[in-house]
Amino acid sequence: SCDFAPSGSFSPFRRLPLPAKRKYMRSPLSPEMATQEVPLNETLAHLKTESETLKLKLEEERAKLHDVELHQVAEKVEGLGQFVMKTRRTLKGHGNKVLCMDWCKDKRRIVSSSQDGKVIVWDAFTTNKEHAVTMPCTWVMACAYAPSGCAVACGGLDNKCSVYPLSLDKNENLAAKKKSVAMHTNYLSACSFTNSDMQILTSSGDGTCALWDVESGQLLQSFHGHAADVLCLDLAPSETGNTFVSGGCDKKANVWDMRSGQCIQSFETHESDINSVRYYPSGDAFASGSDDATCRLYDLRADREVAIYSKESIIFGVSSVDFSLSGRLLFGGYNDYTINVWDVLKGTRVSILFGHENRVSTLRVSPDGTAFCTGSWDHTLRVWILMC
Amino acid sequence: MAEGSKDQGGVGTMDPEEDSPNMIVYRKIEDIITRIQDEKAGGVAIRTVKSFLSKIPSVVSGADIVQWLIKNLSIEDPAEAIHLGSLIAAHGYIFPISDHVLTLKDDGTLYRFQSPYFWPSNCWEPENTDYAIYLCKRTMQNKARLELADYEAENLARLQRAFARKWEFIFMQAEAQVKLDRKKDKAERKILDSQERAFWDVHRPVPGCVNTTEMDIRKCRREKNPHRVKKSVYGVADDSQNQLSPVHISSQPARKPTKEDVQKEITFLNIQLDRHCMKVSKVADSLMSYTDQFVEYDPLVSSVEPSNPWISDDTTFWDLEASREPSQQRVRKWGFSLEEALKDTAGRDQFLKFLESEFSSENLRFWLAVQDLKRRPFREVPSRAQEIWQEFLAEGAPSAINLDSHSYERTSQNLKDPGRYSYEDAQEHIFKLMKSDSYARFLRSNIYQDLLLARKKVSFKPMTQDFNTSLFCWDKVTLFKN
Repeated sequence: SCDFAPSGSFSPFRRLPLPAKRKYMRSPLSPEMATQEVPLNETLAHLKTESETLKLKLEEERAKLHDVELHQVAEKVEGLGQFVMKTRRTLKGHGNKVLCMDWCKDKRRIVSSSQDGKVIVWDAFTTNKEHAVTMPCTWVMACAYAPSGCAVACGGLDNKCSVYPLSLDKNENLAAKKKSVAMHTNYLSACSFTNSDMQILTSSGDGTCALWDVESGQLLQSFHGHAADVLCLDLAPSETGNTFVSGGCDKKANVWDMRSGQCIQSFETHESDINSVRYYPSGDAFASGSDDATCRLYDLRADREVAIYSKESIIFGVSSVDFSLSGRLLFGGYNDYTINVWDVLKGTRVSILFGHENRVSTLRVSPDGTAFCTGSWDHTLRVWILMC
Repeated sequence: MAEGSKDQGGVGTMDPEEDSPNMIVYRKIEDIITRIQDEKAGGVAIRTVKSFLSKIPSVVSGADIVQWLIKNLSIEDPAEAIHLGSLIAAHGYIFPISDHVLTLKDDGTLYRFQSPYFWPSNCWEPENTDYAIYLCKRTMQNKARLELADYEAENLARLQRAFARKWEFIFMQAEAQVKLDRKKDKAERKILDSQERAFWDVHRPVPGCVNTTEMDIRKCRREKNPHRVKKSVYGVADDSQNQLSPVHISSQPARKPTKEDVQKEITFLNIQLDRHCMKVSKVADSLMSYTDQFVEYDPLVSSVEPSNPWISDDTTFWDLEASREPSQQRVRKWGFSLEEALKDTAGRDQFLKFLESEFSSENLRFWLAVQDLKRRPFREVPSRAQEIWQEFLAEGAPSAINLDSHSYERTSQNLKDPGRYSYEDAQEHIFKLMKSDSYARFLRSNIYQDLLLARKKVSFKPMTQDFNTSLFCWDKVTLFKN
């Protein structure tokens, strides 16, 4: 039985019975054998038909539980009122498009990576650059800060994810201590440390995700299931959580069990690439941002899309999304250079933020939710806050 | 007209993947552009404007475009309409007739619509030879409106140096273009010249302006013609145009699903059908109550005490969080759920302290030890797993925990080949036990209540390590009695 308490103790991957073995079935094709059970020689076409039938049945079953819309239930929630958000820091120093950024757990440091191969560690609070590394490749599309704050990981067109320990000696050449951890067969699109400096989760243009042991570089688990490039991932926020969600060019968002490598849930409602996925803070849902210009909210317990955040006037793709600490706000960085702030429950847009002069490529809320940071193709990063 | 780009045929049409990310945006813009030009259906008035000594054909004012966008795309803020209109201009679908910089102004500035031949959806990647021909031909025509801007003159000079050896060829091509142009009607020429200029403003933008033709490299290779064999804007055959565009990565053909793939899918779907799901109404209530609980802690929605460091430049808020003397607000959060209490190092410490007072700390210490196990390097896992077994589960273990026989059996089996997840079942079981039993008592305890009601000052000696500040974090004295 499952525990449905709202604060996230529901386990989506309770031990499920193994599917019944389906080796034998009466063959519909040869009536003379109707009296015997024969090994099934299902053709691809048969299988596809069966799959389609199941999909329809599943959709029917799920639709029965779709008794109301989230925004309808949320009508009774107090509105948010006027929002004024401003840039409080602008970080200049990259020589080309900023592609990715991540916060340090100390809530003020940031690592960012760029098309020109540079990875920079900043104290965003003072805007000082603390470390800089030049990668041997261009388009460093992924970077992540280690939970200890003592290392950063990055990668991109080199198809690898490398870890650089951060030295206290500013003069030390970081590149000398570089450790190659992940090896994919196509570009690295995203990387994230798990709860420890010892494991890294990666996603790649080769269509897979993978979990790696940092110390040995060993592949611990691989995740197959996407039919095209995987562009993003996010780890479930739970302390005991062993799941993560990924999004790809196949328009699917998949939830994975890190222990078994199995895909445990899948969502396919977007009309184009999913560029960003991020868990709702309770871990019961996640948001996605896509080239179809919408953000969507998927609830894991309902196994369904429960909200869509879009406007007729928003026609450019969403590059990155993140929630505020309570999950009330969803921030989306867009390819039209803006940030749209959404009321997650009511489905309305609360604010539109201008400032960047080219695409917003990356967006993360700080670990304690006091600010959020955006990176852009205009070579800069900005830290934004709410002005009361 | 939206299909016009294909009908026009233009030499640039390469039949790209219709649902590639770029194409999706282009089609949406083209839909807007089509509607906005349809005067009968509420579009803007495209007129010929009389100016000083001449007529300006086929133009519309920026203000009209802005108004149309506001009205037809349900936009409330004019700034948003101007921003969207400027993007449509930057991508080359509309352009100011007297400026190279492609933005939209909410005033009488005159704009023209781009010819579908030049639309970005035709996947143009014009070569420098074409650009050289274009700039060259501009210098051949004695018209004030065709005079080169400074940056264009610089570009031309650079191209002359680069193409020194084939400049005669380029010059001849430019002359040929000028001859063709002279045959056209005067008004038509004005329009075509401006459209051609706007095309180059997109592909060779004014220095400092965004180059909207830049692509996200992750999306490049899915175009049907990833090698983008380039065709000339002016129909000029050239050897160098067979080069592969350096920006494209080799494309992988999309994998066709095999029998195994579909069988896996069927297995997956059957599992999903067995899954017990919640109704959306219940899920909505849950999301709302979670958000409601945490909204006061959300610095991007509510104000924080004493101040948000990013606003005040004062780090007191962070210093307070780092200190293990928690505020009442923070203590209250520990009462939301056992997960919240354990997330906070101070909460974890206090819960451990409470359990020790009851001589039942082994459960939490076990849970923490398993968390630590999962954070270890692969190499260390087997030995740590054994240590945990010895401490908590073996016969005569110093900190024996109570597991149901089923979990005990499974764990014992797992330990034959110890891994990071060997204790998952056990940890889940122990967590549920703590949640239903000791956690509830903790919330009622003096230790907790004193903090919640700020009844007395308590000394804060750290009892558990912060996971996030050290790699090799476990002090054996804390977790293990031995």
